[in-house]
Amino acid sequence: MTERDSPVTADELHAYVDGMLPADRKGAVEAWLASHPEDAARVAEWRALAEVVRDRYGAVAEEPVPARFDLAKLARSQASWRMIAAAAVLAATIGGVVGWVGRAASTPAPSSVEIITAEALSAHRLYIAEVRHPIEVLAAEQHLIPWLSKRVGTNLRIPDLKEYSLKLLGGRLLPGPIGPAAMFMYESPNGERFTIYCSKSKKLRMALRYQSGGDVAAMHWVESEIGYVVSGPDDRDRLAKIAQTAYEQMENPPARGATYPLVSKKGS
Amino acid sequence: MSGFRASVEAAIPALRRYARALTRNAELADDLVQDTLVRALRSEHLFHGGDVRSWLYTILTNLNRNRLRSLARRPMHTSIEDNDAPDASGPEAGGRDIERALASLVDDQRIALLLVVLEGLTYREVAEVQGVPIGTVMSRLARARTQIKSYLDGARPSLRRVK
Repeated sequence: MTERDSPVTADELHAYVDGMLPADRKGAVEAWLASHPEDAARVAEWRALAEVVRDRYGAVAEEPVPARFDLAKLARSQASWRMIAAAAVLAATIGGVVGWVGRAASTPAPSSVEIITAEALSAHRLYIAEVRHPIEVLAAEQHLIPWLSKRVGTNLRIPDLKEYSLKLLGGRLLPGPIGPAAMFMYESPNGERFTIYCSKSKKLRMALRYQSGGDVAAMHWVESEIGYVVSGPDDRDRLAKIAQTAYEQMENPPARGATYPLVSKKGS
Repeated sequence: MSGFRASVEAAIPALRRYARALTRNAELADDLVQDTLVRALRSEHLFHGGDVRSWLYTILTNLNRNRLRSLARRPMHTSIEDNDAPDASGPEAGGRDIERALASLVDDQRIALLLVVLEGLTYREVAEVQGVPIGTVMSRLARARTQIKSYLDGARPSLRRVK
């Protein structure tokens, strides 16, 4: 069978129009078109279509690039996102999502739980480093829980973590990914700080999960559309125990009256 | 400026063109491009070579898909332009026809067609952007061309006279 006679496929016609036909098939396709007027008409139509599309939109690429696309400026404006992105990437890696790097970076945005955890970790890092103002409202203030409960939109309970020698310092209100977020901070006698972050989540429910963020780590869960993130030093066993205790106390109403919220006014 | 940044910058005009054709809305298109650039800059450390341009098209395509997903959950807003009385003739008529014809395509077909005919990507590059085998790209392209032809045959005849 000579090249001239070998049948031409529809895919080859498309490739011919799109300039993607291997050179050694060009002669065969052109000969085919010369003797198949219907295919020749289709090819002409596809070419005309491509031209109309380019006529319609081609000029956009000739416009001067608007100032909003200044890369140096964009890079600066997204600096605060870096920690969040790092945490999200880390989560993806932990989850075993290892693929083509470009694909990993461009997969659909991180899940709402990942975003909450990333926000919590970044707030944790920021505020545990504060010496004088780590919190906004002291634990001793009675309006701490009602205030933050109201802003987050759920009845928050503050767990008693005394069995881990953690004392509640107080809390603060933060902007969360989809609404106000509350953060409570605890401190150990040797100055280690743990935080519990609570914010509305798009997910209804998710079991406890661990996520390491380098020097700090988080255990998070979602219950009744509220995401909780317990963050602290990266010690998995210890953090898991603390988070488990926090989880049990926050999700179950107090069994015998007023065990918690345990906000001792004596400054225990 | 790093080689990466320079490649990203060089791609901006083409990204704007692709986004405009994809969304058929100038404002939305530029928002998408900006999100794409921010996402790319944020992930610069993840980029270990390869074709920056294809990667940017991939990000933009995925961001647009996310946008459509979230739109699907919200009430539809109709752009004022869509309600304009269609021009019966004039130099804009062909442009409007092609916009509507593109709008009549399934997303994946529109993406394949635009990446090939407008952006000049190879079939292999389009396959990477869409995360599908080349054969799938070919069939999307073929269906897009068939659909546009039948749309235009059924629509006003102005476009058919163009060449």
